[in-house]
This record gives sequence, C-alpha cells and structure tokens, in this order.
Amino acid sequence: MVPISYYLVLSGILFACGVTGFLIKRNIITIFMSIELMLNGVNLSFVAFAAHWQVLAGQVFVFFVMVVAAAEAAVGLAIIIAVYRTRETLNVDQVNLLKL
Amino acid sequence: MISIHLILFLAFGAVALAGAINLLAQTHPINSALSLIAVMAALAGEYLLLGAEFVAAVQVIVYAGAVMVLFVFVIMLLNAGVEEHTKGSHVAVLFGIPGTLLGSILVAWVVLRHSGTGAVAVGALPGPPKTIGPLLFHEFLLPFEITSILILVAIMGAVVLASKPPSSPPGGPKGVD
Repeated sequence: MVPISYYLVLSGILFACGVTGFLIKRNIITIFMSIELMLNGVNLSFVAFAAHWQVLAGQVFVFFVMVVAAAEAAVGLAIIIAVYRTRETLNVDQVNLLKL
Repeated sequence: MISIHLILFLAFGAVALAGAINLLAQTHPINSALSLIAVMAALAGEYLLLGAEFVAAVQVIVYAGAVMVLFVFVIMLLNAGVEEHTKGSHVAVLFGIPGTLLGSILVAWVVLRHSGTGAVAVGALPGPPKTIGPLLFHEFLLPFEITSILILVAIMGAVVLASKPPSSPPGGPKGVD
C-alpha cells in the first residue's frame, strides 16, 4: 500500500522538472520535450486520483491528454521544421520574430 | 513494514526522476529525448502499480513509441547539435530554479500534510480495455469525437506547416497556391 500522496509528490516533481527545463533550456526541441514531461506529470496525478476515488473517468481523461499531446507534437514539430527552414537555427534566443 | 508495492513505486519513481533530471542536465537534444523515453517507460510501470493496465500499454505504445519516435526523427532531420549557452539564459536560471524548487516544496508540503487520505492497493481499480471501452464510447462519446476532429486538424496543420513553401515568383501562374 502506497499513500496517494507519494504519487502526487512524484507527479509534482516531474511537473516542476518540466517547468525548469522550459525555462532554462535554449534548444527549441528540448523545450518541447519539457512540455511533454509536464503533461506526463499531470497524467500520473490523473491516474493516481482515479485509483484513489475509484472512478475510471480519470483514466479516460489520460487518453484525452495523450491525444492532445500527440496533436501538439505533430503541429509543434512541423512549426520547428518551418522555423529551422527560415532561420537556420534551433536556438530560441535567435528566434525573435513571429513572422516566418 | 516495506511492501513490494512500495519498493516497486520507489524504483520506478527513481528511474523517472533520474530521467527527468538527466533531461535537464544534458545539452544534446538526442540525450534529452532518450532520457524522456526512460521517464515515460518508468511512468508506465507506475500506471501498472495503480492498476491502470490499458493506460500503461497506451503510454508505452503512443508516448514512448510514436511521439518520441517523432521527436528523434525531427532531431535527426534537423541535425540538431549541442545547444549553445546565451546571455538570456542566466535570468531564467536565476529565477527558474529557485522558483520551481519553491513550487515543488510547496506542493510536496501541501500534499503530504493531507496524506491521511488513504492508500492505493495494487489491482484495487483494474483498468482493462473491457471496462475502459464502454466508458470511452458511451459517457465520453462527445469528447472522443471532438478529439478525432482535433487530430484531423492537427494532421492538416502539420502537413501545411511542414510542406515546402511555393517557390514560384509573386507574378507566377494563377491558381497555384
């Protein structure tokens, strides 16, 4: 028996690691991976709460989060490719205009 | 009394944490991507401990499989190298690391303070596809259909964004986008 709070703390730490990576990383792909890490942390708390309250809806919501993450990865990586094609760089400090 | 459940939780949690910290420590994106795969595989183990079998399988197949393959593919396609350190990152380090440390400590404190909410047992809430399916296709039918539209839009957006821009001159042939 593991207390539910242990899962929530792990989930919170993973989310915090994602936030840190989002802030300190300069590579646009790594920043994107930090977002995925945050989504994974949230998924863990969804599943933990589903097990805690004995409601399966929490697990269904994980699928919706995964679908949104997959759509986000597809569009985001396409945007990264478009940015790289015009800027020739992946460093976010050198991408200072929204216009392609 | 240390149960096997707690040992497994700590083992998977240690792998997930090590992967997450390694993601931050590495400078090459391919190393970060591989440590993110380790995090996702460890989280699949945690889902199994929570009784969410189907979620664990989908986590491995969709997240650690499909999404991360997409990431690795783009990293190799763009030939991404070691990231350069720039001046702007110092401010983020100055505020980001203490801020997230403070935030995680706060979350941990609040959650552990209210830890008298009970524990999770293995198999207490089994989540096989047989029970997930009716829920997904009856109660959550509308969100399910909406996500299918979202996926369709995302596919079209990705194709439009990643396709090469037309190289025809401005006064080129009409009717060609």
